Parts: sequence; structure tokens; C-alpha cells
Amino acid sequence: MNPTNPWVLLVASIFTHNIALAYILGMCPLIVISRNLKTASGMGLSIIFVVTLTAVINWPIYWKILVPAHAEIISYLIFIIVIAATVQLLEMIIEKFFPPLQSSFGIFLPLITVNCIVLAVSLFMVLRKYSFIQTVCYSLGTSAGWALAIVLMAAIKEKLLLVSDIPEGLRGSGITMIVAGLMALAFTGFAGIITLQ
Amino acid sequence: MAIDKNKKKISQAGWFKALTFGVIQENPIFCMILGICSSLAITNRMDNAFAMGIGVTFCTAFGSLLVSLLRNVIPSRVRMLAYMTIIATFVICVDRFLKAYFPPISEAMGPYVGLIITNCILMGRAEGYAIKNGPWFSFLDGIGSGLGYSFMLILMAFIREPLGFGTFFGHRVMPAFWENWVILTIAPGAFFLLGVYLWIFRTIFKKESN
Repeated sequence: MNPTNPWVLLVASIFTHNIALAYILGMCPLIVISRNLKTASGMGLSIIFVVTLTAVINWPIYWKILVPAHAEIISYLIFIIVIAATVQLLEMIIEKFFPPLQSSFGIFLPLITVNCIVLAVSLFMVLRKYSFIQTVCYSLGTSAGWALAIVLMAAIKEKLLLVSDIPEGLRGSGITMIVAGLMALAFTGFAGIITLQ
Repeated sequence: MAIDKNKKKISQAGWFKALTFGVIQENPIFCMILGICSSLAITNRMDNAFAMGIGVTFCTAFGSLLVSLLRNVIPSRVRMLAYMTIIATFVICVDRFLKAYFPPISEAMGPYVGLIITNCILMGRAEGYAIKNGPWFSFLDGIGSGLGYSFMLILMAFIREPLGFGTFFGHRVMPAFWENWVILTIAPGAFFLLGVYLWIFRTIFKKESN
């Protein structure tokens, strides 16, 4: 098992090892959905919920069922099915019991199945041999870090619209990349705080 | 522009069209944006980019083939889950193959091999082409879009490895006085480079589309 303190892991996965800005994952929604602050924060909250939930479900499935059965080879398949099923289930529950949440939360759920970071958290969890507590902290931190990135990105893009003096060819995804680069550069400033592994 | 001439000559043959659609006709900007989720991080080395490109091409080709063969059986409500299961199967093959024959590359790519599953290009080709077309054409279309994507990866690595590490495919190419641009090997450099590429491509293709 990995010896890292779970609290260190929580902070590290938000700041020093931010999944969007250091590992470059979950970029599709970061580019497409970051147009306004409200949508971005809704997406961020949904991600926090789904990522933590799926990691918590996938951990016992991998270590208590797949490893004893020597069936690690199909772990990708199992993870992706668990993620898709969880998202589908969540969608149904929200639709049935919490209709007011539907407009702010439910619309993002189908998009989350194909978000890289949900699968990435499960894969990293296996690769680095995290314990259950570490997995909870890591998944919470990672998704919160991603939510932070998308909210910051949306805020910057809203301000950019006011400037609107961007070269023709750089508008849209091009300028988003440059902004992401600057943000990633700023986040490398955190790197001195904690070193993982 | 030999490719263009060739294309005109054989454009009657549908299979060639299916194959080249992903490589030439599909806008490279589109290709870059769709596939970046799991690929920016590994393009700092040429051999990683190469392995990733081949892996993705294999998965798109055979994934599209299987989706197309099963297109009349897959119920439309659960088709996303069906695509993902099919794609995941081929990704497992790629992962095992790399682990067995190229352990250093497999180590360097880590979880990014598994993340081919959530690469939007694979889902995009399954939903956009394979579900509506026959197996042979879907297979070619898969190879074509896989190659187009590989080309983008190699384009990124082609700048990042020589400037960032001073090497090319692991061999030193830069002169001794060359100071490595470390920023290009980490995330910010990848973002900046992609931004610049997008700028260049958009400027070029803007003129053509007008």
C-alpha cells in the first residue's frame, strides 16, 4: 500500500497535482462548457459527486473481487461499466425524487460518463495502490481540483469577452489553450509545497 | 500536392474516400480538439506519441468494425454503453500488448493507455459513422481517423521532444550548448504549443473554407 498521508493527498491533488492542469485530463468539457460561470460551477459540483462516488464503488470491486479472482485484466471493462451504470442510476434518482435539481445538475450527468477524469481517478487509484481512505481523499481532491480549474477558466473567459481584442484565428479553443497554459504555469508554483512519490 | 492529384484520380472508389476522410478531409483542428483529453500529456516523447497513435488507430479500426457488425443488434437506448464495452475490450488488448513487448513505453504512458477508452475520437467515429455504415467502410474510416489523430500527436511530439529534452526518439540531436526548454516537457508547454498550432491551422483553413 501507498504510505502517503491521506490529508497530504487531498491537498496535493487539488493544487500541486491538479488533474486538469498537471495531468491534462478532462479537457473536452473544460474547453466546451467553460463559457459561463454558472454552468461551469454546476458541472464542477456534478463531477465532484460522481468521481467520489465511482471511486468509492470501484475500490472494493477491484481489491475485494477482481484481485482475489485474478481477473485484473478486465478491470477497464468493469470500471467503465460501473461508471456508466452509476451515472445512469443517479440520473434516474434525480429525475424521480429531486426534480428541482434536474435543471442545475441533471443535464450534466450524461456528459460525465465520457469525461476522462472519472476513469482516470479509478486507474490512478489502482496504479498507485491507494488504501480506501486514501482513495476517498484522492478522489475528492482530484475532482475538487478539476472543479476549481473549470470555474477559474470560466471566470477568465467571461472577462476575456469584455476585451475581445483577440486575433481572429486564436478565438475559441485557441485562446482557451493559451489561458490553460498560463493557469498551469501558475499552478506549477505550488509544486514546492508537497512532492508525491 | 501529389496526394491531392491521387485523390482526384481514385475518388470514384468509395473505399479510398472512407480511408482518407479522417486523414485529409477531416479538419485537423477538429481532430486536435476531440482527442486532447488523453494525449497532450504523452506527446513529450516521440516514441510515446508513436505508440499512442498506433494504439488509437488499432482501437478505432477494430472498434468501428465491431460496432458496425453489431449495428442491427445494439438497442439504441444503451448504445453508448455498448460502444464503451467494445472499445474497452480493444484497449485492454493494446494495454496487454504494450506491457508484454514494450514495458518501458507502457510504464511511461501509465494510465493514459487505459484512457484511450474515453478518447472522444473513438466514440465519435462509432456514433458518427460505424453505426450507420457497413463493416468494411467503417474499418477503413477507423484506420483513417486513427492515422489523422496519430499525425497530430507526432506533430506535437516533433516540436516538444527536440526542444524540451534535446533528443529525437531518444537520440541526442541538439548541439551541446543547447539549453533544454523544460517548460515544453510539462503541461504548460503542451497547452501553449497546442494553442499556437490551433492558431496556425485556423488561419490556414479559414481561407480555404471561405
